[in-house]
Amino acid sequence: MKTSRMTRGLWIAGAILIIAYAIIPVLWIVSLSFKEGDDITNNDFLPTVWSWENYRTVFASDLFTTALRNSIGMSLIATTISVFLATLAAYAISRLDFPGKRLVLGVALAITVFPVIAIATPLFNLWRTLGLYDTWLGLIIPYLSYSLPLAVYVLAAFFREIPWEMEQAAQVDGATSWQAFRRVIVPLATPGVFTAAILTFFAVWNDFVFGITLTSSESARPVPAALAFFQGASQFSQPTAPIAAAAVVVTIPVVILVLLFQRKIVAGLTNGAVKG
Amino acid sequence: MSTVEAPRRVRLTDRARHERNLGWLLAGPAFIAMVAVTGYPILNAVWLSMFDYRLTDPGDRDFVGLGNYAMILTDGLFWQQFGVTSLVTVITVSAELVLGFALAMVMHRALYLRTALRTAILVPYGIITVVSAYAWAYAFSNTYGFVNDLFGLGDFDWFGGTWSALATVCVAEIWKTTPFMSLLLLAGLAQIPDDYLEAAKVDGATAWQRVKRVILPNMKAAIMVALLFRTLDAFRIFDSVFIMTAGAQGTETLSFLAYRQTISRVMIGLGSAVSVILAILVVLIAVMFVKVFKTDLSQQRGERR
Repeated sequence: MKTSRMTRGLWIAGAILIIAYAIIPVLWIVSLSFKEGDDITNNDFLPTVWSWENYRTVFASDLFTTALRNSIGMSLIATTISVFLATLAAYAISRLDFPGKRLVLGVALAITVFPVIAIATPLFNLWRTLGLYDTWLGLIIPYLSYSLPLAVYVLAAFFREIPWEMEQAAQVDGATSWQAFRRVIVPLATPGVFTAAILTFFAVWNDFVFGITLTSSESARPVPAALAFFQGASQFSQPTAPIAAAAVVVTIPVVILVLLFQRKIVAGLTNGAVKG
Repeated sequence: MSTVEAPRRVRLTDRARHERNLGWLLAGPAFIAMVAVTGYPILNAVWLSMFDYRLTDPGDRDFVGLGNYAMILTDGLFWQQFGVTSLVTVITVSAELVLGFALAMVMHRALYLRTALRTAILVPYGIITVVSAYAWAYAFSNTYGFVNDLFGLGDFDWFGGTWSALATVCVAEIWKTTPFMSLLLLAGLAQIPDDYLEAAKVDGATAWQRVKRVILPNMKAAIMVALLFRTLDAFRIFDSVFIMTAGAQGTETLSFLAYRQTISRVMIGLGSAVSVILAILVVLIAVMFVKVFKTDLSQQRGERR
C-alpha cells in the first residue's frame, strides 16, 4: 500500500498522542508518589528531589499491608473459583444442548447490567445477620457472583471457536475419550481460560463498592477501600503523597499483566462483548 | 471425565437425557452462585424497602408500604441527583463514543507502534477506578495539582463549585473507560471488509464520506453494544464521585445516595428503596436500548435493496 510520508507522519503522531493520553495520568501519580516535603505542593509535574519516603510510610502502616494481603488473597481465591465454575458452565453452553441454556446466559447478562450498589446495600444487612459482614468469605461470595458473568461470556465466546470435531478425529485415531479431551481440547481451551482469569482478576482487584460497604475493619478491607480511609503516617500529616505511593503499588500488578498479555486481553474483551 | 465416556453405549434418548443432565450439572453451580447472591438480596431489598427501619433502632420497625418510595420520589434532592447522574452519563458516554471512535480508527490503521498502542490503551482499563480518581483529583487540586499551573488558572478551585467538580469527575471517568469503548469499536472496525473501503475510494469518496457512508453503517451493532454497556455502567457511577468529591457541591449521584442512606445513615428501609429504584432505572435503560437496537437493526435490514 502506498502511503505518503505526510499521512504516515500523521498516523504516527496520532499513535503517540494516544499513548500519551493513556499513560500521563499514571506517570503523574507515580511522580507525586516520589515527592517529599514542600515538593508535594509545588504544583509541578515532577518532584525536585526523588524520594522513597512515601513508600516507606505506606509499607510501615499495617492498614496498607493488611489491605494488600486481603486484596491479593481474596482476588486470587475469587478468580480461581470463578474461572473454574465459569469453565464448566461455558463448556456446557457451547457444547451441550440442554433446556435453560438461554436462561443461564440471560441471567448472566442481567447481572452485569445490574447496579452493584443495589446488591451491596441489601447484602450489608443480610451479611450482618449471617455473620459474614467484615469477613473474607463475605467479600469473596459477592465477587463470585459479579465476576462469573464476565468469565462465562468470555469463555463461551472462546469455546465456540474451538473445532470440537478434532476430538472425535483423535478418537478415531485410537485415543480414548479422556486422552482425546486431555490432549486436544485442553490445550486449545487453556488460552481462553487464562484470558478469562486475567479479566476476572482485574474486575475483582478493581472492586470498591463491596469493599467499602461490606467491611468495617482491617480484617477484610481490600486496598481500594483502604485507600479511601488512609490517614498517612500520623493523623496530622497530609496523606496525599502516601496515598499516591499506595496507588502506585496496587497498579503494578495490573501493569505487569497488561504488558505480558495485552494481545490476549484485547481478544478476550472484544470476543466476550461483541460475539457473546 | 465422565463427560465423554458415559454416553457411548446408550440409546439416543438416554443420550439426550444425559446431555441435559450434564448441561445442568456443569452450568448449575455458576448459575446458582449468580442467582443466590444477586436474586435474594434484591428480593430482600424490595421487602425491606416497605418498612420504616433503622438499624440503630431495630425494635421500631413499621410497615409503611410504598411510603418510602413516596418520600423519595417527592423529594427534590432525589430528582437533583437523578439529574446529576443522567447528565454525567450523557456527557461521559457521548465524549467516550467520539474519542473512542477516533482512538479505534488510529489503532486500526496504525502500522507502527501497534503493540505499544494496544498495551498503553489497556493501562487505563486495568487501573483501579479509585486510583484513577485519586490521580485526577490530585491533578486538579489547587494545592497539589499541576493542571492549574499548566493552563495558567492560578488558584482556581475545581472542587469548589458544582459544574467544575462535575467536570473533573467526568474527565476521570472518560479517561478510565474510553479504552474499553475504543476496543469494542476496534473489533467492529475489524469486521468491515477492506474491499468496501477500497471500492468507495475508487469511486472517489472523501475520507469523511467513507466514514459516514461505509464505516458507520457497517459497525452499527458494535456501536450499539458499546453504547449499551457504557451507558449502564456510567449510570451506576460511584467510585469516582466517592473519592473526588464525596458528594459535596451537589455532585451526589444515585448510587451514592443508596450508599449514604444504607451504610452511613443506616436507614435500611429508605436505602433499600433507593437501591430498588436505581435497579428499576437501570433495567428501564436496558430495555429502552434493546428496543431501539432491535428496531434499528430491522430498519437497516428493510432499507437494503
